[in-house]
Amino acid sequence: MRYLCLIYLDEKALAAIPERETSALNARHLEFNEGLLDSGHFVEAEALQPAAASTCVRVRNGKVALTDGPYAETKEMVAGFYLIEARDLNEAIQVASRIPSAPLGTVEVRPCRDLEVDGVAHKASRKPR
Amino acid sequence: MAADSPDVRSVVDAVYRAESRRVLATLIRQLGDFDVAEEAVHEAFVAAVERWPAEGVPDNPRAWLITVGRFKAIDRLRRRSRHDVPLDDVVEQVEAIAGAAPGADEGVEDDRLRLVFTCCHPALAADAQVALTLREVCGLTTEEIARAYLVPPPTVAQRIVRAKAKIRDARIPYEVPGRGELPQRLASVLRVIYLVFNEGYLASSGESLTRHDLSAEAIRLGRLLVELLPEPEAVGLLALMLLHESRRGARTTPAGDLVLLADQDRSLWDRARIADAVRLAEGALASRRFGPYTIQAAIAAVHAEAPSAETTDWPQIVALYDALLELEPSPVVELNRAVAVAMRDGPAAGLALVDALLERGELADYHLAHSARADLRRRLGQTEGARESYRAALALARQGPERRFLERRLAELG
Repeated sequence: MRYLCLIYLDEKALAAIPERETSALNARHLEFNEGLLDSGHFVEAEALQPAAASTCVRVRNGKVALTDGPYAETKEMVAGFYLIEARDLNEAIQVASRIPSAPLGTVEVRPCRDLEVDGVAHKASRKPR
Repeated sequence: MAADSPDVRSVVDAVYRAESRRVLATLIRQLGDFDVAEEAVHEAFVAAVERWPAEGVPDNPRAWLITVGRFKAIDRLRRRSRHDVPLDDVVEQVEAIAGAAPGADEGVEDDRLRLVFTCCHPALAADAQVALTLREVCGLTTEEIARAYLVPPPTVAQRIVRAKAKIRDARIPYEVPGRGELPQRLASVLRVIYLVFNEGYLASSGESLTRHDLSAEAIRLGRLLVELLPEPEAVGLLALMLLHESRRGARTTPAGDLVLLADQDRSLWDRARIADAVRLAEGALASRRFGPYTIQAAIAAVHAEAPSAETTDWPQIVALYDALLELEPSPVVELNRAVAVAMRDGPAAGLALVDALLERGELADYHLAHSARADLRRRLGQTEGARESYRAALALARQGPERRFLERRLAELG
């Protein structure tokens, strides 16, 4: 079963980390990714640019409305994600707890679901052609 | 023996009381679903009432009920299935799980542990963990849980439905955690048990007599856990609960007013319970793998063994609080330690600590912090300061007996 692990970090705190430490953290993430590939848990992962680089897209009454940044005033923002394959929640939690940046923030582990069309379940996921 | 003869019914009732939770625990594992398993348990007991008069009571009623429950569930699944659902796979899976089980009796206690750990999974909301545990592990009805917590039954039913949905949707596995995860997961179970106990502790202050004895239920749960998993902290929690219970007879007046530990009639303490609890606490401490509950039990044991408040070994208690703070730093524990320091070194020493604590701000809304300060000020003859603190405590205290106690103390100041 697939789970999305959303990594929430305090952006200000993250920005305050010296570059040498950030570099080491990134290296640990890349190493972690290799490990997940070997263990069969890895589906996809990305690090995200800070929320300031975001654009919010809304479509209302056929018109596209754009605003900058996420609207939430929360301290922690999504900094990256892992899409993993795991046997069950306990296994997903074990993977999530080993994410190198986990000690710096919060990892939300959310199960993925199928999309039902007329009562038939379909996987939303696709591989790029 | 006729089907509705009192003998058969009473045998089935007795078997229900003794075995229904075990049967449920195993059927949840075999059938992979809480609701399906609950229906299966119900149908199995109905079948017992129908068939045992003619067939006789089986040698192993539990095994009989598990087998019959499983067959009934598969039947039900077949009847409900739609053509596009690969039911035979499900049935095959169920039979494989059932067949793989070592034997009817072995692993049953493992199933009960699986059930406890699943109901107390940290991924479930705290109130859902409590409701689910009371329902599935303890066998309380939704109505009993609702009455015990003074919430409407639909609220409890909702919590349980949501919890089961989460178990299903997030795929929370029906398993006992591995060694690595056990300490954290056990902490979650112990928290649920202690939450239930404390709810019962409050209830017994006489405000409502129709509430289920949650404290007794928690102790029963604690004993079950120790039986299934004799971890030192589980033993420590059981000891702590028994020690609290041992003082039940002494902690309120007939009118329902609070009697402080220092003022309690110690002849009303349940010495048998205390002896039992002290033995358990000593065992847990000896293991050297104990945690916060065990230390709290040790503190309660020191109180329990003191012939009077004055002869209590306060240095020992302060030392235990020091150990507790190292494991689990918390302002409330610091407050309790300050009270003990006051007993060991005099009220001035205690007051200095309480003042510093309240200065930090975390306990500003905690009525017991203000009432502790009030008491220490009173003992030092600082009457105006004591009055101010009793008033602050009263502004925050919610329970009737506690309020009456504070009002009395305030009045005594003149």
